[in-house]
Amino acid sequence: MSTTTTIDAAVLERHGITRDEYARIVELMGREPNLTELGLFSVVWSEHCSYKSSRVHLKTLPTEGARVLQGPGENAGAVDIGGGLAAVFKIESHNHPSFIEPYQGAATGVGGIIRDIFTMGARPIALLDALRFGSLEEPRTRRILKGVVSGIGGYGNSIGIPTVGGEVMFDESYSGNPLVNVFCLGIAKHDAIVKGQASGVGNPVYYVGAKTGRDGIHGATMASAEFDDKSAEKRPAVQVGDPFMEKLLLEACLEVMATDACVGVQDMGAAGLTCSTSETGSRGGVGVEIDVALVPQRESGMTPYEIMLSESQERMLLIVKRGRERDVERVFEKWDLHAVKIGEVMANDRLCVKQNGRVVADVPNRALTDEAPVYHRPMRPPAGREALQQMPASARRSPMSPADTWLTLLGSPTVASKRWIYRQYDYMVRTNTIALAGLGAGVVRVKGTERALAMSVDGNGRYTALDPRAGARLAVAEAARNVACAGALPIGATNCLNFGNPERPEIMWQFAEAVAGIGEACRALDVPITGGNVSLYNETDGRAILPTPIIGVVGVIEHASRVLTRTFRGAGHDIVLLGENRDELGGSEFLKAIHSLVRGVPPALDLARERALQRLLVDLAEQGVLESAHDCSDGGLAVTIAECCFDTGAIGADVALAAVRCDDADADSVVATLFGESASRVIVSVMPERLQAVLDAARRAGVPATRLGRTGGRTIKMAVDGTTVIETSVGEAEARWSSALASWFEGQVA
Amino acid sequence: MTFAVVVFPGSNCDHDSYYAVEHVLGQRATFVWHKETSLAGADVVILPGGFSHGDYLRTGAIARFSPIMKTVADFAAAGGPVLGICNGFQILLECGLLPGAMLRNRDVQFHCETVGVRVEQTNTPFTASAKAGSVLRLPIAHGEGNYYAPPETLAELERTDRVVFRYANAFGETTDAANPNGALDNIAGICSEARNVVGLMPHPERACESVLGSADGLVIFESVVASMAARGTVGALSR
Repeated sequence: MSTTTTIDAAVLERHGITRDEYARIVELMGREPNLTELGLFSVVWSEHCSYKSSRVHLKTLPTEGARVLQGPGENAGAVDIGGGLAAVFKIESHNHPSFIEPYQGAATGVGGIIRDIFTMGARPIALLDALRFGSLEEPRTRRILKGVVSGIGGYGNSIGIPTVGGEVMFDESYSGNPLVNVFCLGIAKHDAIVKGQASGVGNPVYYVGAKTGRDGIHGATMASAEFDDKSAEKRPAVQVGDPFMEKLLLEACLEVMATDACVGVQDMGAAGLTCSTSETGSRGGVGVEIDVALVPQRESGMTPYEIMLSESQERMLLIVKRGRERDVERVFEKWDLHAVKIGEVMANDRLCVKQNGRVVADVPNRALTDEAPVYHRPMRPPAGREALQQMPASARRSPMSPADTWLTLLGSPTVASKRWIYRQYDYMVRTNTIALAGLGAGVVRVKGTERALAMSVDGNGRYTALDPRAGARLAVAEAARNVACAGALPIGATNCLNFGNPERPEIMWQFAEAVAGIGEACRALDVPITGGNVSLYNETDGRAILPTPIIGVVGVIEHASRVLTRTFRGAGHDIVLLGENRDELGGSEFLKAIHSLVRGVPPALDLARERALQRLLVDLAEQGVLESAHDCSDGGLAVTIAECCFDTGAIGADVALAAVRCDDADADSVVATLFGESASRVIVSVMPERLQAVLDAARRAGVPATRLGRTGGRTIKMAVDGTTVIETSVGEAEARWSSALASWFEGQVA
Repeated sequence: MTFAVVVFPGSNCDHDSYYAVEHVLGQRATFVWHKETSLAGADVVILPGGFSHGDYLRTGAIARFSPIMKTVADFAAAGGPVLGICNGFQILLECGLLPGAMLRNRDVQFHCETVGVRVEQTNTPFTASAKAGSVLRLPIAHGEGNYYAPPETLAELERTDRVVFRYANAFGETTDAANPNGALDNIAGICSEARNVVGLMPHPERACESVLGSADGLVIFESVVASMAARGTVGALSR
């Protein structure tokens, strides 16, 4: 592309810039931009980078708290975990690339979030993934899932950061638009946290890492548009990941940051050099001048436009203290990496791009970043919402016996064991993983301390579709509850908001409602949002995904030896339900798996009760009086109790649910009792001699607690009102649960 | 006693081996960068797991050209104990210190899980304190652990009792179901003719503390401490 191209309507459209936005650019620049400058604006002002549709809503989220060291606005958030250490974490989406090229899309998603963490000076120690796919009956979904899983493993396993947890749900709405949300957490000393700011006029600006190629140009713009049947043609806009290069970059950057020779570090992610230079400059209130001719290039004849917009992976921008250049270069030489001075910090407020000394773009920094457009997009509740919230009476019944219904649920892909997936991830490297994958929240110890960190990512798109505000509140509650089930006190959160096209008022309404719900729950549960990511335009051929806010919550447990998992630990222990079993089937896995319905009202959530439950769990874990704890969610009580029996070597359970039976004395209430998804419930097991202490503690905390039965035997037996409704060997039930997902893939060569 | 943990640029289990030696075993560990040529007086060498040079070509194929590998070969030739774990095992195969090769796992998937590993031989420095026939619970995490060697090499390994570990179920049976990757004869680890170089795919360094799920791997590190002390060769072999 030549910089002399006339900017007309077609050029603007190709750049995703509206006429109004163009007028604003001309006003901010005081002149017409050239094509390179227009390119800079188009990527930084893209939805993906500028949050122009979401910003007004995101501002309402709670971002402060006693433990928050870094809130939103930097590469990642940070919270105090005690002992002078910080947990640095964030979640980010790579949905669009993962649909177009599943392996590389997912792999580079992992690579991108890892860079966000070590850019802050933190050593990444854990990854989690929240994944959403269409129905496994579609061959395309199986191909996408297989590619995404091997891409996540291919990157994370190589670089040596364990994937310790995550969750996967299936729904047809994700068929043409899978979700790949990756969470990463790192550890840093408080005083070693590095920011993405330029400062110190005359300080050199260094480019480090991989060479720049033509891959990924306009990736951020692609991620800001809907999909259609032409999407496959966008494949060149998906980058290719090189985990080995990133491993070198990670080690070299952490080594350099330990020397205090850098004043700022910024990852080159979306919009590459453009975002990294303008953001560091604007955050630091200084100018940045670079010469693109100095940028290491993989291909010949690249224009300034291409170099500035490339999204080649595994690259970083370093602002180095003048006089310390050799210290930095020496480290990168050791790791056989490029470290090239490409410019310096200027005493102005501009991003000036030169090529061999000739100015090719000169833009006020703040015009790109702070002056990006902010939209108050129109909102309107979708028509037919009331009808969606009505549940047909027939849907409350099952065409099968309770036992067969239960087995069907255990084999539904959303409920079934994800071992086929997590077995492809190295979840143990770095020897910190305490709670193994598949046992609940991911838990890693913090070496050099007694502490451990628990983390969970959750979000139920069905609930959010039925009631965005309620669904988002439930997502926060579930993520925090999962962390509390491990015995950890939830201390901070990050969010990844996956929605459809914000230019449609119904989608914007869903988004705004969901953000409001997240805010309510985070305030009540004391888990401030420290950062995150918004992914809009998740639509294919005009059909939007289920609105899916994914919440990642991090918690701290003071004694790593007291971590709890979901599994029963022996025979003869009492099984106790903390929380209340209500008649709530709206949006449930039962409705989905048995009736293929997403209907009704999501479960009610009393945030004060939720908080009391979580604090109780943390206290009981700290006292060491519980044997296990498992959040009760998809599939309800009957599925949860079964999951407590799985992976134990066949410890059974015998429970009577009369005391927690839902009100109506008709056959339907057996279904609701077994499979309803009331919030704020946890199944714990406890030694008989400690039962009374646990019940007393629950009463003092105001949490309903009911003894349901006892562990032991090799059978799972459940009775409602004296009638045994389920009686199946653990082996049979577990076989169903553990083979369901694998059976879609076995016998096929990957 | 000092353990040298060799660090290739893509090593990612180097810290884990270091931690197991220094903080669990209570011995000294030092990192040795792959561009170096000295083992700095170490008594034991560990080639840790990871993806030494990205391994896009073949696992361990480039690592054998690292300067330190000549020193490691000399150390091994002088009888020094060398343990290759996972990628370290693959490097030992590539540089010819152990025979055979690794193929991709038979289902061409990466496998991360804890498996049973039967101790076949106790007359190596890394298994001297283990019980012959005992089954250790050790994690594996690899995509290319499907051990292969031509029939004559395999026969030679068997004849000279050099198969040190095999995948086995809890009862010690080396069944096909207990074989996670398709390795010939369930082979999980072997040793050199002089028995001082041992390579295995499972990760003993990940199984040294019960809080991590198993402490069965510790015996491998304890063995080498005991055998070196018994031989009285501590501090004598490396330069």
